[in-house]
Amino acid sequence: MIEINGLSKVFDGSTVVDTVSLTVASGDICAVVGTSGSGKTTLLRMINRLVEPSAGSVLIDGRNTRDFAGYELRRQIGYAIQGNGLFPHRTVGQNIATVPKLLKWDRERISARVDELLTLFQLDPAQYRHRLPRELSGGEQQRVGVARALAAGPNILLMDEPFGALDPIIRGKAQTDLLAIQRRLGTTIVLVTHDMNEAIALGSRIAVMDKGHLLQYATPAEIITHPANEFVATLIGSGERPFRLLSLDIVLNHIEPGDAQGESVDAHASLRDAYAECLWSGREALPVTDKGVHIGRVTLQRLSQLAARPQ
Amino acid sequence: MNWGLVFRAALAVVLLAFLVSPDSFAPLLQPLVKYGAPPIYHQGNLLEITLNHLWITFAATLAATIFAVGLAILVTRPFGAEFLPLSRSIANVGQTIPPVAVLALAIPLLGFGTEPILVALFLYGLLPIFENALAGLANVPRDVEEAARGMGLTPWQRLVQIELPLALPVMLTGIRIAAVISLSTATIGSTVAAKTLGEVIIAGLTTNNTAFVLQGGLIVGACAVLINDGLLALERVLAQRTGRAQRA
Ligand SMILES: Nc1ncnc2c1ncn2[C@@H]1O[C@H](COP(=O)(O)OP(=O)(O)O)[C@@H](O)[C@H]1O
Ligand SMILES: [Mg+2]
Repeated sequence: MIEINGLSKVFDGSTVVDTVSLTVASGDICAVVGTSGSGKTTLLRMINRLVEPSAGSVLIDGRNTRDFAGYELRRQIGYAIQGNGLFPHRTVGQNIATVPKLLKWDRERISARVDELLTLFQLDPAQYRHRLPRELSGGEQQRVGVARALAAGPNILLMDEPFGALDPIIRGKAQTDLLAIQRRLGTTIVLVTHDMNEAIALGSRIAVMDKGHLLQYATPAEIITHPANEFVATLIGSGERPFRLLSLDIVLNHIEPGDAQGESVDAHASLRDAYAECLWSGREALPVTDKGVHIGRVTLQRLSQLAARPQ
Repeated sequence: MNWGLVFRAALAVVLLAFLVSPDSFAPLLQPLVKYGAPPIYHQGNLLEITLNHLWITFAATLAATIFAVGLAILVTRPFGAEFLPLSRSIANVGQTIPPVAVLALAIPLLGFGTEPILVALFLYGLLPIFENALAGLANVPRDVEEAARGMGLTPWQRLVQIELPLALPVMLTGIRIAAVISLSTATIGSTVAAKTLGEVIIAGLTTNNTAFVLQGGLIVGACAVLINDGLLALERVLAQRTGRAQRA
């Protein structure tokens, strides 16, 4: 758990982060979203004290971060950044081993951990362990960057626009993979992004920042349906609201008995995808399958109701 | 077939053969001398003189490297940043004073012998090594530095494990330039009685013996080519290893 209390940062007389308080529960993903220069990165870097707060405190699992030396604190917290920051002169294996080595794990344990992480991130250890970062694609570099951040099994992972350098198709896959890995490991994540789509896709809670202030901190559904003010509403985009709302849930939770004509939709597809398919194929209902087995149908009428502002 | 490599190997073999047994090359140099003057320098052992010349170059370059790289590390730390302009001027002064003037100034303090030329070469080598070390350290990518800090490397660990290895190829360029300049400049050391290949050249000039001038000059030239190319090859390997240069 991360408790941020009245955290501020003043750079050369200008307040870049202004008394921000928020709590991230264990196993949650907090997506910090806002325009460029709103203080997201500074807020994130105050959690592992890459930036020393001007005022306020950060507690991690109840312990004040000031009770540790900065470098000790940072070895316990995963950190992944845009452009991944891989060490160009070290192999993939050596890069991932960075923090375990600092923590003086023995060789066998490190080597086993490196292979475990490479496998987790769908990179064949035998093939990738000895490569240099420049011999990887952008998507592979990004995965190695996150694997490196998770190497010592931290409870907390800080990510600053981790997918910012990826093209849209790879980015989507990287986001899904991160969610799967996060569910498996139960890591608490604070993720900075300027992309509201990414925040909604990944965040269990979203923190909206503007000019150093925290404007709203709530679940994606709450943010979409009840934006705290004009700025948050603009960030979501009023024309996008029904679709964003639908993207939060999956078909499985809204199936009805019965059948329908035409191609079926997977039970784990988002409502948004199902809705789009209805409109595009001009159907009133779609058959739903789970692992190839027909389990019911989803109707356009139901989807339309779900897309409406909750009363 | 790599002709460059073949040429260098041949050069090394000829150089070594000449130094070990200069007299076997006498017929080649004979046409350059008149009135029965000797074609091969015999006032000292050529191999010994060459080794001493190389030793002076090596010692001066090593000392300049330790001092200049140390200074570059210091001024790129947060606590040393304010000394950057000062150290730049020191290194520049070292380069601006001609080595001959340094020799003249050093004699009253150090006397004749090897010491004055060591001082002159040391000062002359500071600037290229310092400027390249600075450039190398400054060019470490920001996100790499940021990641290193974010994962909990201490300042010392960042310097040793990240900054220096990444800066090494560029640093090596400065060291190579300094070494080659020192190698040729060391010849003037013989004017203050340091045992360098300059004595062969000067003996040739004073006795009007072109063969002496040529053999002194050619030994220096061959050493310079071999050292330059050797260090250049090392730079390329390191640059590729650090992933910063494309294939040369
Ligand atoms: N080290 C620093 N020194 C001075 N100003 C800074 C520093 N870091 C960030 N800032 C300023 O703080 C503001 C917020 O920056 P940042 O936290 O990086 O925003 P974001 O990540 O939301 O784009 C910007 O105006 C930036 O110029
Ligand atoms: Mg930022």
